[in-house]
Amino acid sequence: MGAKTVGKALPHDSAHLHVAGTAGYTDDLPEPRDLLHLAVGMSEKPHARVRDIDLAAVRAAPGVVNTMVASDIPGENNYGSIVKDDPLLADGLVQYVGQPVFVVAATTVDAARKAARKANIDYDELEAILDPSTAVEKESFVLPSETLVRGEPEAALSKAPHRMQRRVSLGGQDQFYLESHIAMALPQEDGGMLVYSSTQHPDEVQRIIAHATRRDSKDITVICRRMGGAFGGKESQAALIGCIAALATDKTGRPCKLRLDRDDDMIMTGKRHDFVIDYDVGFDDAGRILGIDFEFASRCGMSADLSGPVNDRAMFHCDNAYFLENVRVVSHRCKTNTVSSTAFRGFGGPQGMFAIEYVIDDIARTLGKDPLDVRRINFYGKEDRNVTHYQQVVEDNIIDDLFDQLLASSEYENRREDIRRYNEASRILRRGIAITPVKFGISFTSTLLNQAGALVHIYRDGTVQLNHGGTEMGQGLYIKVAQVVADELGIGVDQIRITPADTSKVPNASATAASSGADMNGKAAQKAAAKILKRLIVFGAGHFGVSEAQIEFRDNRVCVGDRDFGFAEFVQLAWANRISLSATGYYRTPKINYDRASFSGRPFYYYAYGAAVTEVVVDTLTGENRVLRTDILHDCGDSLNPAIDLGQVEGGYVQGAGWLTTEELSWNEKGELQTHAPSTYKIPTCSDLAPDFRVELVQNLANREKTIYRSKAVGEPPLMLGISVFHAIRDALADGDMPMPDLRAPATPEAILSALRGAEGE
Amino acid sequence: MSAATVRFILNGEVVEAEVVDPTRTVLQFLREDMRMTGTKEGCAEGDCGACTVVVIEIDRSGDGLELKTVNSCIQFLPTIDGKELITVEGLRGSEGELHPVQQALVEHHASQCGFCTPGFVMSLYALYRTNDDPSRQEIDDALAGNLCRCTGYRPIIAAAQSMYEQSDDWDAKDHEVQLRAIGRDDSLEINHDGRRFFAPRDISMLAELYECRPHATMLAGGTDVGLWVTKQHRELNTIIYTGRVRELLEQRVSGTHLEIGGAVSLADAIPLIIEHYPGLTEMFRRFASPPIRNAGTLGGNIANGSPIGDSMPALMVLGASLVLRKGVDQRELALDEFYRSYQVNELQPGEFVAAIRIPLPDDGVIASSQKWSKRFDQDISAVCTAYRLQLDGDTVTDFRMACGGLAEIVKRAPACEAAVNGAAWNADTIDSACDALASDFSPITDMRASADMRLVAVQNLLRRFWLETSGEAPQTVYTYGR
Repeated sequence: MGAKTVGKALPHDSAHLHVAGTAGYTDDLPEPRDLLHLAVGMSEKPHARVRDIDLAAVRAAPGVVNTMVASDIPGENNYGSIVKDDPLLADGLVQYVGQPVFVVAATTVDAARKAARKANIDYDELEAILDPSTAVEKESFVLPSETLVRGEPEAALSKAPHRMQRRVSLGGQDQFYLESHIAMALPQEDGGMLVYSSTQHPDEVQRIIAHATRRDSKDITVICRRMGGAFGGKESQAALIGCIAALATDKTGRPCKLRLDRDDDMIMTGKRHDFVIDYDVGFDDAGRILGIDFEFASRCGMSADLSGPVNDRAMFHCDNAYFLENVRVVSHRCKTNTVSSTAFRGFGGPQGMFAIEYVIDDIARTLGKDPLDVRRINFYGKEDRNVTHYQQVVEDNIIDDLFDQLLASSEYENRREDIRRYNEASRILRRGIAITPVKFGISFTSTLLNQAGALVHIYRDGTVQLNHGGTEMGQGLYIKVAQVVADELGIGVDQIRITPADTSKVPNASATAASSGADMNGKAAQKAAAKILKRLIVFGAGHFGVSEAQIEFRDNRVCVGDRDFGFAEFVQLAWANRISLSATGYYRTPKINYDRASFSGRPFYYYAYGAAVTEVVVDTLTGENRVLRTDILHDCGDSLNPAIDLGQVEGGYVQGAGWLTTEELSWNEKGELQTHAPSTYKIPTCSDLAPDFRVELVQNLANREKTIYRSKAVGEPPLMLGISVFHAIRDALADGDMPMPDLRAPATPEAILSALRGAEGE
Repeated sequence: MSAATVRFILNGEVVEAEVVDPTRTVLQFLREDMRMTGTKEGCAEGDCGACTVVVIEIDRSGDGLELKTVNSCIQFLPTIDGKELITVEGLRGSEGELHPVQQALVEHHASQCGFCTPGFVMSLYALYRTNDDPSRQEIDDALAGNLCRCTGYRPIIAAAQSMYEQSDDWDAKDHEVQLRAIGRDDSLEINHDGRRFFAPRDISMLAELYECRPHATMLAGGTDVGLWVTKQHRELNTIIYTGRVRELLEQRVSGTHLEIGGAVSLADAIPLIIEHYPGLTEMFRRFASPPIRNAGTLGGNIANGSPIGDSMPALMVLGASLVLRKGVDQRELALDEFYRSYQVNELQPGEFVAAIRIPLPDDGVIASSQKWSKRFDQDISAVCTAYRLQLDGDTVTDFRMACGGLAEIVKRAPACEAAVNGAAWNADTIDSACDALASDFSPITDMRASADMRLVAVQNLLRRFWLETSGEAPQTVYTYGR
């Protein structure tokens, strides 16, 4: 059966609701009678023993119904999913400014938030470590440091004709989803609880609530229809919010809602890890890397959270698209007295890629070459030089072809020449251009997470309800999976209602993360639909005495030999003949296997590729800069929905550009985050988009692996296209006097001025 | 006589809110009281635009409509008394069909998570109503107060360009008739559990009220006071709203001055100022966002006295003065004598800014103002500079420079000015002027910039200004390629 809706640029299933204001987010749900609103009292110290928590004034405040501290938690006081080092409420020890210490339940949001400020907490302050470099010095780590070696890096470095070292600092990033964290818990009969949570991982929220409230998973149902953005920020962090709501409901017996104020959200919950990157590279005259030694120190904050796999991925992706024959990567997972860093689109991959791209840029500038040439000479080969430092064979390498195509369509060579001429004549404004590649591994590196489930019901009127373990955060997962199911059943997507992620419908679902949502849930849903389809075909063949091959489902109709039925009519007939019209589907990603102990194997099912050319202009007096033109070519395999995929590519690039330019996190010497609202934390605005912005998806290039309709995952990879913005800025700054500007990320006007002054000082 | 209820039009229906906490925000009213949840809270401080709504009122001339966006999250409900409020729920047609703005967004795949979308819809709706054929820059400006984290904006811009392909059933007359029907000339006075809100209609009433209640909070656009409530959870027991005071809403050009009433919005004041001082265009374009400029006032920016307020450096170098009123007494004070120390100014208890007087430019005066921030649009300046320069040939006859972001108040740069005044306007003079800046200011390090780089930036900004006046500087990066 030919695809009918898969591959079509259908609008997001909720687009018509988004624009009308009728798409319901958790805070938009009708509020139940007796609802209590919660606020969280947070630590004011980065590291301290808590001598006393005096909540008398909190309890006396108007509207307050109840309060809660760590000792009120009946079960496990933890929401760390991998390492149990993340207390829901601080128990005697606070480890970052903003750590939840107590909870207030009141009759209104305002009353709860006002009351939460009235606590009197007595601290006994301890020494605080506030940055990763200090943590490395003091050997303060959340997890043991890891080392990955391939070849003989030391020998290669010592023999290399050229050798160079540098330290680069790379900032973190706040997810800045527009909808802050929220959960609402409702008591159910016999100890049950229903929790509406804005989460990428309902299963984990369910499990952790069960542990915290001394219940079993069977007693807890977690539902999420949609999130107002997540970007990784609602992967592990949502459990904290969900648990607080559930614990308050458990304690008060009333429905409870916790919606974090924007500032509290940014102070209390985790962000992208900032990195200190040290490299030592040896290379030949052509710029080919002979040996490289990386040392990464990342800010993990006060707990492990997802820092293990995030830093693992940084280690994996420090090759980006380049063959590193002799390499050593050391990764320190630094424990700091700041909020625990967490997942954010790319999950360590961007930091690893940023590191190697900086190295490549430095090599080119040392040798006086166009960085483009050094990138190309180091690319993975197709037949040889094609094994990663973690022993996965790169089987699907298309980066060379992709570069060829993009260089031509972006007129890179001509523009580079134009820019050279422009800069010769321009004193103050300088332009720069860069092309950077992306090769991003698709799968959870933890193999066991690569599984998914779905549930499909067909009703007697021929309409369908679709459910799967994936969550919708705006990425268009729901419409993509609906398109798959529509084609499987030969019906239109308008016959399908997409239902909220719900732990009572599909159990044990992995987080919607690692870009895997459509790959895994698409396959699971396809299998569920295929099961029912098979039953219908077997039924039809028997009932009408035709062969199974004579039955065809398409265009909302069913052809049975010469007969033709409406889909609803046929389904009704099957029901009347007692055919089950409901099925589950289950999928596990094939081929992957990976040994964490040795960092070797095949962690990734396949790679997604892309490349971007960015041109910028920089004012050397002010450091202000703008992107002038962007050209992107990105690989989505055979796209399930090119409009949705294009949106991911464009949005990812802009988000990556924000990370490396305007978005700066700042902590003061007291360990307080100073950038905790949009007034101080600056994500890109409309005018930051290049006036000339050209984005294409690679056409007619199916995924060589048997993914859903041979598509490729697209959630995270495009973020790293934004690295081209950083290198275009660096290109603009570099000249004969200063071939290698010491530019840190994010490249704010201040960072650019600092880099330029570095040159004056030399 | 004064009214005691808040009466306004909400998506075509007259609403009369009988008892209302004066600091209840429009957003709380919509979401919690009306259960209209289309309008979202993203930040509760007017910086993300998810809460954007449109307000319509009879314009100052009295015979037309003014339609503008505001941030409902920081707008107190009583301030919309007598106005019309349009929310995302109010745009669909009588048959439930999407408005052309909404339809264009759907067609261009311009929503992903959708949470910011209602705010974009309203900003685009205001653009649709007020501009027939916007340029890319006008679209950027219209959307400067709306953050989207998902799309990267390209499809939203595309929707903005194509939304004009369909027309809607707007009839200004209907709105005007309805507004006139609920309009009233009397003042508004709310008493809610001992908390008072006054919206007087003329300046003597205002002066009397404030003189009797000097501890009251003066509320103009609410773009700062709103945050006292939403972020600092302050209880404001008595509020006096200046936004309905006739005299304070007037602005005019006299023979020698621009005179801008103390409650004139930035959106109204800015075009008048840049008409006379075009060198301030870029700074004012980057000043906050449309919904903030629509609500916020020039007088509020000045009276609030933030060290990073962007209007003051320019007004200071232009020689602006403030007309201050207390009871029946009025005095005039130069702006550069107004600030004493961090958020402390010369206002006496019960005294308020009645008007701002800006001298008209003398022949040959060059005035300019520069913003230095991490992001171009809707960002608070790390450094804001302003200059006023008069030359006789190559010799500087009068040079003034003022800066924000470099001290606890916005202030002039006397040493720098001294180094320039009377000297030749050349590179050597600028070098000494830059050195002098280091003695004028000892900036601090904060999240916007470090102390060192603030000083470097202000010196470079001065160099840039000099190059601009000598025709040697290229256009700014902000305008480059646009």
